[in-house]
Amino acid sequence: MTASAGASAAELAGLGAVASSGAGGQDVLHVTRERYLEVARALRDAGFEMCADLCAVDYLRHLDRPVPENVGAERFEIVVNLVSLEHHRRVRLRVQVPEADPVVPTLFEVYPGTENMEREAFDMFGVRFEGHPDHTRILMPDDWEGHPLRKDYSVGRVPVQFKEAPGPR
Amino acid sequence: MTGEELKAETSEGLQELQERDETDPVELAIEEGSPRALPEGAVFPPGDIDVEFGEDETMIINMGPQHPSTHGVLRIMMELEGETVLRSKPIIGYLHTGMEKTGEELTYVQGATNVTRMDYLSPLHNELVFSLATEALLNIEIPPRAIWIRMLMTELNRISSHVLWMATNGMDLASTSMMIYGFRDREMILSFFEKTTGLRMNHDYIRPGGVAADLPDGWEDDVMSIVETIPGRVDEYDELLTGQPIFKRRTEGVGVISPELAIAMSATGPILRASGVAWDLRRAMPYLAYDEVDFDVIVGTVGDSFDRYAVRLNEIRESCRIVRQCVEKMPPGDYRAQDKKVTPPPRARIDESMEALIHHFKIFTRGFEVPAGEVYTAIESPRGELGCYLVSDGSNKPYRMHIRAPSFVNLQSLPPLLRGGLIADAVAVISSVDPVMGEVDR
Repeated sequence: MTASAGASAAELAGLGAVASSGAGGQDVLHVTRERYLEVARALRDAGFEMCADLCAVDYLRHLDRPVPENVGAERFEIVVNLVSLEHHRRVRLRVQVPEADPVVPTLFEVYPGTENMEREAFDMFGVRFEGHPDHTRILMPDDWEGHPLRKDYSVGRVPVQFKEAPGPR
Repeated sequence: MTGEELKAETSEGLQELQERDETDPVELAIEEGSPRALPEGAVFPPGDIDVEFGEDETMIINMGPQHPSTHGVLRIMMELEGETVLRSKPIIGYLHTGMEKTGEELTYVQGATNVTRMDYLSPLHNELVFSLATEALLNIEIPPRAIWIRMLMTELNRISSHVLWMATNGMDLASTSMMIYGFRDREMILSFFEKTTGLRMNHDYIRPGGVAADLPDGWEDDVMSIVETIPGRVDEYDELLTGQPIFKRRTEGVGVISPELAIAMSATGPILRASGVAWDLRRAMPYLAYDEVDFDVIVGTVGDSFDRYAVRLNEIRESCRIVRQCVEKMPPGDYRAQDKKVTPPPRARIDESMEALIHHFKIFTRGFEVPAGEVYTAIESPRGELGCYLVSDGSNKPYRMHIRAPSFVNLQSLPPLLRGGLIADAVAVISSVDPVMGEVDR
């Protein structure tokens, strides 16, 4: 099925997604992991030439958050922001990734500019991107244990002298 | 080098120093920076550059992280044949301080103080994008004066950032007088910032709900003296650098990127515009009141280092134009939203009213609650699209705050820009990408 980047979110959802909206009426499409790559490719062909941003969110404390029907909320979400330079328009993809098997296909084939962003998402959340050409940590040291932006990763604390020094959290 | 020396088994598998003849051609192309997803013709075929290299004569060196012209702690691993760069790879993370994690621990009131430290050359843009995201979730209106003050301040910040870039770029290309001039001009703007916000950098001036303080008395004169001085100075720099044979030969045709490649690599800002794509968020998706001011989007043609220089030089002139219009059109009125849950009461009210005292105390200790939701806002920072993805769960702290840092994404364009060039040009190319490491690593 073909669509144009000027189409409404509901029409774009015909590519295989569930449409909803974020704050201020931003266009959001919920995609399943299985159809993620396919939908991204269709959106690029529809005119969303650039992937502006890719990040992950850990919803550990909000597994019951409101999501549209037919979308099963999982612990991790991959959020992808696509831009259409011609139509001056953005659309956001949200992909649910279960904790037990945190793997999504890489977007590198479709949008090569996601390379650094996917490495960052892996580094910070431990979500693996299958097929990524250089699947290594990007910001943390290579031998670091754990993924810092996960909600169950301790923030740590520096003992302050003038207080009764607390132990590590 | 022998085969054994090139291979290193790590926890992530075999690392990249495979011998050339063993590397899969497609993989080699990717390492050299040519993305697979591009149309034919835009891809660099391996061996497109006119260099003879022996089987075992390439050299791998690290440039950085303490190299003076890498603009901070950027390390670039390069494979060289003589003086020609064959492959390169930026290695980052030396300045990582976990600011996104810190952002989840701070209230929305404190958040601007945190994000302002990311891109330390344009702190006001960081504050602006965070404030715009928070306001979108709060769904509050900002008074017109606050909007125009924000525009005035961020455009001045764009001038100071570009002027500093001119300075460091001049220094990288051995034009030390440009370095002195650039820092001199930036200081002029920073002293106005100090007068307005109290600090030269890391202002925490633009906050959710408006700005922290009104412009100081006599601000028109200060701003007008800046925008009357800068264009004349820019003309001097134009004369100093643009026609200068040494500068031209060091930048023209060096580090060329095609528009297709720039879009595919998600490059934004001067890199994308220098390659000929007129994409400026101030024009394409206007925020604040950019649809009410006149300015031109500067576009290059070739996409080389010289075009990136020319784009930034002329953006300084355009920013001066916008600043003049801000001075003319500055509306009177409040400089922050009169929403008692978001905006602290004026200092004078605290002595008179118990409610004001309570509100003041609540806002600065507990902060305000933001309705649950998620939003992505983006603005045009001096380096490109600066985005903020904010997720709120209804509490007083962001559940997730992600900053889409333009330098972080633009750095991906370095391998294709450096490929086939001389190592001495690498300095010019890195400088023309204008990475700010505080923002890259966050």
